[in-house]
Amino acid sequence: MLKLNGITKTFNPGTVNEKKALDGVSLHLAPGDFVTVVGSNGAGKSTLFHAIAGVFFPDRGSIVLDGEDITFKPEYRRSRELGRLFQDPMKGTAPHMTIEENLALAYLRTAKHQHAYFSRTGKSDRTFFRDQLARLDMGLEDRMGQPVGLLSGGQRQALTLLMSTMVPPKILLLDEHTAALDPGTAEKVLKITREVVAEHKITTMMVTHNMHQALELGSRTLMMDSGRIVLDVQGEERKNMTVNDLLERFKARVGEDLDNDRILLS
Amino acid sequence: MLLSVVTLRTALEMGAIYSLVALALFISFSILNIADLSTDGCYTLGFAVGATVTLAGHPFLALPAAMLAGVLSGFVTAFLQTKLGVESILAGIIVNTGLYTVNLAVMGWSSNLSIFGTDTLLSLTKGLSGNEFWTGWSTLIVLSAILAVVAVLTALFFRTRLGLSIRATGDNADMVRASSINPAFTITVGLCVANSLTGLAGCLTGLVNKSCDINLGTGMVTVALASLIIGETMFGRFSIGLRIVGVIAGSCIYRIIIAVALAANVPTECFKLVSALIVAVAIAMPQGRKLIAIQRQKLARRKEGAKC
Repeated sequence: MLKLNGITKTFNPGTVNEKKALDGVSLHLAPGDFVTVVGSNGAGKSTLFHAIAGVFFPDRGSIVLDGEDITFKPEYRRSRELGRLFQDPMKGTAPHMTIEENLALAYLRTAKHQHAYFSRTGKSDRTFFRDQLARLDMGLEDRMGQPVGLLSGGQRQALTLLMSTMVPPKILLLDEHTAALDPGTAEKVLKITREVVAEHKITTMMVTHNMHQALELGSRTLMMDSGRIVLDVQGEERKNMTVNDLLERFKARVGEDLDNDRILLS
Repeated sequence: MLLSVVTLRTALEMGAIYSLVALALFISFSILNIADLSTDGCYTLGFAVGATVTLAGHPFLALPAAMLAGVLSGFVTAFLQTKLGVESILAGIIVNTGLYTVNLAVMGWSSNLSIFGTDTLLSLTKGLSGNEFWTGWSTLIVLSAILAVVAVLTALFFRTRLGLSIRATGDNADMVRASSINPAFTITVGLCVANSLTGLAGCLTGLVNKSCDINLGTGMVTVALASLIIGETMFGRFSIGLRIVGVIAGSCIYRIIIAVALAANVPTECFKLVSALIVAVAIAMPQGRKLIAIQRQKLARRKEGAKC
């Protein structure tokens, strides 16, 4: 589904602030893969996501999504096939627009409506939105006329998740999307994530600082350090792995302990 | 009585026209979150183009022509900021400066233009009937009708896919980039629509005044902003439809305040100061309300304290 071939990106080249954020990252994701990504501070996890999403173009290497070379495709055009959730729940929704309008915006981006600039949401669309909202089990289906700014962070994040998967994307990028939520809400959003991803078999990448979660969720785990993928475990090997094993493997590979001040080991 | 019917009617006529400019600022300033300072020049451009086309013998074509001129002006402003990376405020100022020369050129390199005695949209509709009521009120009726059409279309537009995208662009730039909307495109469309309304307003002012000069638009942005803020303060920021009604009401209230000031014999020289004061008061209103609420709370607490 997604192929990264030797992606390299250096920020501020030729200055004292020069930083090689991605150093020849190659990765091949099969359709339906659910990959968790862990790594030390500044390892390049978010940068990797930005490269895939097209926030910047890589210096070297190519990105192929579902057979199409998207290396130089502008960010907004990739977004049609790519869902993204950020750590900050405020980033994914427009606060002064109602829940319904936000959903409409996400829904109307589909191929069917792509050039129908003046299409509006009809009654059937509204029923569809209502059903989708009801699945979140947050009572949002009765608040469709309210501005999103009134919702809590968890509700906004759940709504964003719904918006980016209502029309299933080819790939879903979750950048610590539960890290800013309280534990109860985080659990709930994670549960919804799991259900939605499983239902549509969406190819997913998720950055997390929770090592336990990294091993428990999904089908494959990547560890990153200094802009490189240093560990890639899946299948049987991953099934029998404990958090300690993972940390040991990291140390053996990189030569030092995983240095991340936000890491959660349990 | 402080205001005669005629003064009130004139105030409402101006209010209807200024509503269009306020609506334009509503789109650029409130919805897109961009301070578009090309309003002054674009307003004059609308007049210059409208008057020239009217003088050429096309009274009906004047309106769409003025709107098209506005679209072009908006496009240039948008192009500067989306493609060439010019700061949005600066882009507006640059276009505004450039438009001065453009406007002079459109007006045949003269700083005045009179369309007195030429058939215009307004004079033609006025001539439809000799009825005294009609000759007095036709201008206001035509202007209100145009405003109503524009307002309804604007309200409908902001519920379409494109309209929603434009609103999202001003509301959450991060979200827009991640959700397949091209902000350069939505900003361009938004500014084109906004400036077409400004151009239309300029054209209509010309038709009402029948003569104008190159400095017609000076200070327009302040006046429209005042109307917009009066409207948003009074009607709140709820649904798009209500906000549009608020903007229109704000413009009419602003013109009525000005008319009252005129009727109270405030000298014309002091006019700009009156405008500035109204703007300042309108902007300060929400903050003032908060202060009053806090003072009340304090007072209530003090009374409670006295009881204990």
